[in-house]
Amino acid sequence: MAILINRDTRVVVQGITGAAGAFHTTQCLAYGTRVVAGCTPGRGGESFAAADPDGRPVAVPVFDTVTEAVAATDADAACVFVPALGAADAILEAADAGCQLVVAITEGIPVADMVRVRRALEGAETRLLGPNCPGVITPGECKIGIMPGHIHQPGRVGVVSRSGTLTYEVVGQLTSLGLGQSTAVGIGGDPVGGFDFVDLLAMFEADPGTDAVMMIGEIGGSAEERAAEYIATTMTKPVAAFIAGVTAPPGKRMGHAGAIISGGRGTAKEKIGALRAAGVAIAPSPAEMGSTLKALL
Amino acid sequence: MKIHEYQGKFLFERHGIPIPRGIACFTVDEARAAAEKLISETGSPVVVVKAQIHAGGRGKGGGVKVVRGAEAAAAAAEALLGSRLVTHQTGPEGQIVRRLYLEQGLEIARELYVGLVVDRERRRTAVMASTEGGVEIEKVAAETPEKILTVHVDPVIGLAAHQARRLAYGLRAGDGSPEPKRTVAELSTVLARLARLFDAEDCSLCEVNPLVISKSGSVFALDSKINFDDNAAPRHREWRELLDTSEEDPVELEAKAAGLSYVSLDGDIGCLVNGAGLAMATMDIIQHCGGQPANFLDVGGGANREQVERAFKIILSSPRVKGIFVNIFGGIMKCDVIAEGIIAATRELDLGVPLVVRLEGTRVGEGQALLAESGLAIQTAKDMGDGARKIVAAIQGRT
Repeated sequence: MAILINRDTRVVVQGITGAAGAFHTTQCLAYGTRVVAGCTPGRGGESFAAADPDGRPVAVPVFDTVTEAVAATDADAACVFVPALGAADAILEAADAGCQLVVAITEGIPVADMVRVRRALEGAETRLLGPNCPGVITPGECKIGIMPGHIHQPGRVGVVSRSGTLTYEVVGQLTSLGLGQSTAVGIGGDPVGGFDFVDLLAMFEADPGTDAVMMIGEIGGSAEERAAEYIATTMTKPVAAFIAGVTAPPGKRMGHAGAIISGGRGTAKEKIGALRAAGVAIAPSPAEMGSTLKALL
Repeated sequence: MKIHEYQGKFLFERHGIPIPRGIACFTVDEARAAAEKLISETGSPVVVVKAQIHAGGRGKGGGVKVVRGAEAAAAAAEALLGSRLVTHQTGPEGQIVRRLYLEQGLEIARELYVGLVVDRERRRTAVMASTEGGVEIEKVAAETPEKILTVHVDPVIGLAAHQARRLAYGLRAGDGSPEPKRTVAELSTVLARLARLFDAEDCSLCEVNPLVISKSGSVFALDSKINFDDNAAPRHREWRELLDTSEEDPVELEAKAAGLSYVSLDGDIGCLVNGAGLAMATMDIIQHCGGQPANFLDVGGGANREQVERAFKIILSSPRVKGIFVNIFGGIMKCDVIAEGIIAATRELDLGVPLVVRLEGTRVGEGQALLAESGLAIQTAKDMGDGARKIVAAIQGRT
């Protein structure tokens, strides 16, 4: 078991002919992901050549619209590599075509666009992961995103993170301790996006294939505080956490659009306090994320 | 991206939000001429001379002078231009005043606060308003949060008329006005236009503190503080003309131009990391090991050799840096490309400080082999804890 995606997930890649889209589609196919279609307006009818995990050639059909792609291939998940100013529209296109899950990798989407996207998705069946995120992987089954597949290992720890490379760091630590992952999810570092911690914690709580959850937060906003409240009131599985940015100065954006301490709110200290009060084990340093989780099992 | 008060006011004007008459000035002579013009146009000798810096708290910091007559305005301009203004938002070093905005004086009856910001939890623009205008709103929020009224804007509808009315009546905008109904209507219109401006101009912050009601019952934006959403810059070519680079940290600007995300800090260990979360975590682990980070630096997901070289130069431009810790977990990035950049930068810059490199991820074997074969004095680390301990030890002379 796992959450969000598994070996049956059928993926359409939006922006498959762009540099990032092409590179990562090739990587996903080599990992075993069933990329069944691509979409680039004006390139319909072409096919995208890559190889499966055994090195056998794969030809992914490219369509002008996601609706055509879904009709022809039954894709149920979309992965967005479309450049920033067109990415919000790409998310809406995937939702309109009936994709159940949209994973938006694109970085730099204007916040106003994401506010409109969230408004448009209210009441829709489509669920959004990202943007500005590494994506999601169910090790050994399916990878939709840009994470290095080889550091993962199938197992029973759920991982949810606002960061990209820090997620790879924690996955690397877990794998080297012999702890595989049920699913690892990067929710992204933007102020307005799709899933937040509470959504993912609830999915891991309900997933019989997950025994414990590793959560990686960072400064800015109050998603970690809401997660703490959920954990305290509802969650039965053990949770370990690390919050990045104890040394971050206030008022400065630390790379991610959402990683900023503003008006004295959103500090790492506040978040750590809230999580600790909810019974979460806090990793004392980023080198001890995996070992902190392991101690809970 | 931040812009000046007067630039924000010109945006207000374009969106139909009333502002007092005003003129931007760069010299004392321009200020004198501007004051003469304002005095002849308004028939009032009262002129406000306002320092234009990208920080709030200017009034309390002495950056706003209310004077009578053109000569007094020129004298105030003389005192302000080139001076270093320190406010609670500039930090102790302050900011040099290079521009002024001269404005007609108004007879003010009431000072209100209005602020627009994206509410991350509600995923909507929040319009906040308070009767406590003219002071630090942070203080109001902390001490008397009930004095701040908030409504959320539906992006499809904009600020609905009833929401604007709720704020206007909530602020008791008609109180004391000779024409209460007109004042409430004017304020409602201004609020709706501010919400439209916030969306159309891709703002991340828009504050009017104070928004005033004059003794005649008219509504004016007496101040403006606008920040733009940097992500929207590609669709706003006009922002280039609004950018005042003298207000920005030159090193941060250079980093931005190179596609790097850099923030200067107070410590002495330079950090070069891929990914914002890992970059913050690297700062944290340096402190955890007893050191102090000199910077936040994210080379991004797809950095190339040239960017790594520029990143080194930017880190070393700080005289405080006594050592560098490179922490790379390659996802999109290939470790051998990073290694080539490190080697090239180390050779070209004749690196004189200790360097610890931790590489992990895609093509890590090739990357480590390149570092080992380079013959350079680069310490390698097996993980980020090991790397942090090594760089802290190195700059404390323990290796």
